[in-house]
Amino acid sequence: MPSLLHALQTTIGRKILTGITGIFLTLFLVVHLAGNFSLFSSNPEAFNAYTEFLHSLGTLLYLVEIILVIVFLLHAYIGISIWLRKRKARPENYSVYKTSGEPSRQTIASRTMAITGVVILVFTIVHLFTFKWGPGIAEGYVTYIDGQEVRDLKRLVNDIFQNEFYVIGYTAVMILIGFHLRHGIWSSMQSLGAMSPKLSPVIYTIGGLIALALAVGFLFVPIWIYITGGV
Amino acid sequence: MSSEKMKLTLRVWKQKDGASKGRFENYVLEDANPHMSFLEMLDHLNEKLMKEKKEPIEFDHDCREGICGSCNLMINGIAHGPQQKTAACQLHMRHFKDGDLITIEPWRATAFPIIKDLVVNRYALDRIMAAGGYVSVGTNSAPDANAIPIKKRDADLAMDFATCIGCGACVAACPNASASLFTGAKIAQFSLLPQGGPERKRRVVNMVDQMEKEGFGDCSNYAECEAVCPVGISIDAIARMRREYMGAMKG
Repeated sequence: MPSLLHALQTTIGRKILTGITGIFLTLFLVVHLAGNFSLFSSNPEAFNAYTEFLHSLGTLLYLVEIILVIVFLLHAYIGISIWLRKRKARPENYSVYKTSGEPSRQTIASRTMAITGVVILVFTIVHLFTFKWGPGIAEGYVTYIDGQEVRDLKRLVNDIFQNEFYVIGYTAVMILIGFHLRHGIWSSMQSLGAMSPKLSPVIYTIGGLIALALAVGFLFVPIWIYITGGV
Repeated sequence: MSSEKMKLTLRVWKQKDGASKGRFENYVLEDANPHMSFLEMLDHLNEKLMKEKKEPIEFDHDCREGICGSCNLMINGIAHGPQQKTAACQLHMRHFKDGDLITIEPWRATAFPIIKDLVVNRYALDRIMAAGGYVSVGTNSAPDANAIPIKKRDADLAMDFATCIGCGACVAACPNASASLFTGAKIAQFSLLPQGGPERKRRVVNMVDQMEKEGFGDCSNYAECEAVCPVGISIDAIARMRREYMGAMKG
């Protein structure tokens, strides 16, 4: 029996790790999107109350954040190393190359995983600087919930998405995330071996629908705020 | 029949040996015929070249009936050409049109070094087999048929995976040059049969390690391999290889 460390460094181990971390990140997106939709709650302070609740978790939040960062970076690291390995495995490309078509899953989505992945990595950093480490109570983004002073992240979201560059940029990246998930969700299942010829087309379709739902869900917020002037 | 004559321009990869730099060379074949197989068309061209005292094009072939896995041509960017579930030797010129330009390249992968022109060295696949693609059983007299009960479904599925002819099209077509479908098919085949039991865990670990050592790329689940496989092996084989590996980890 190989050691776990050896196993994780084989082509099988790399794919299993990519799959597990990918599923974890997809689940994070689902939770994130659910949080976003609290912006549309009938309670105008629901979104700020939600962010305040997360911060009240203290150490637990830090723990989750650290796990998220590790998972995210591991996913990116393996993805990039797979891409680099491919260049070593075929240094000279074909002068003519085409997909043979169905049952191939070679699509724009699957062929651009490295590119969309790097865009998502850069976007995530920008995104954290814009919101997580963006202007807070000291810069006047203050609101009161039950008489307590909390950060008015909702107003920051509304302000940011009045800027068309942010709206266009966010929309574009969300579409790319949709592409990444289009191949990623299905691929993670295949990487974990949870697949059979009968199941494969079903999971491929469901993966596509989840990708579409997440992308549309996320790009809905900036576009809606831009068009309506704020929520 | 003269009306069935096809004029083809063939853009073929020529390379003296593994150490030399290759290049494309164009050949015009005025009298190809739709009834020719792809390899017969190349034979026809080579005969003409030899009559003209020119060097013929080297390509791999043996049985010419789609079971030996020798032919390995990248035809217009698709391994074994445009007809799915068909090895290049069984591909006929009727799938092309008069006046077509056909680009023919060798399999391209670090693990498949070029020997000459369109011929590559595929010993890497043999070494993956030597690492675990066998069963240790007595080989004296043949055992009684059906002495070991095997479920019909498992026997059929094992047979499906066993149809792999080791041609290497899966590697050639994979954007990452991964040998996962080949290796997966061999592992899946043995995993379904009781004869594969004793070496089951060692097999998957050693074959996966050997695949890595040979310099094949990683699988990114493009499933292009399944689409070009001349015997139509499903990427279910790769999922099974992964499950086998996880099973081996359990000790």
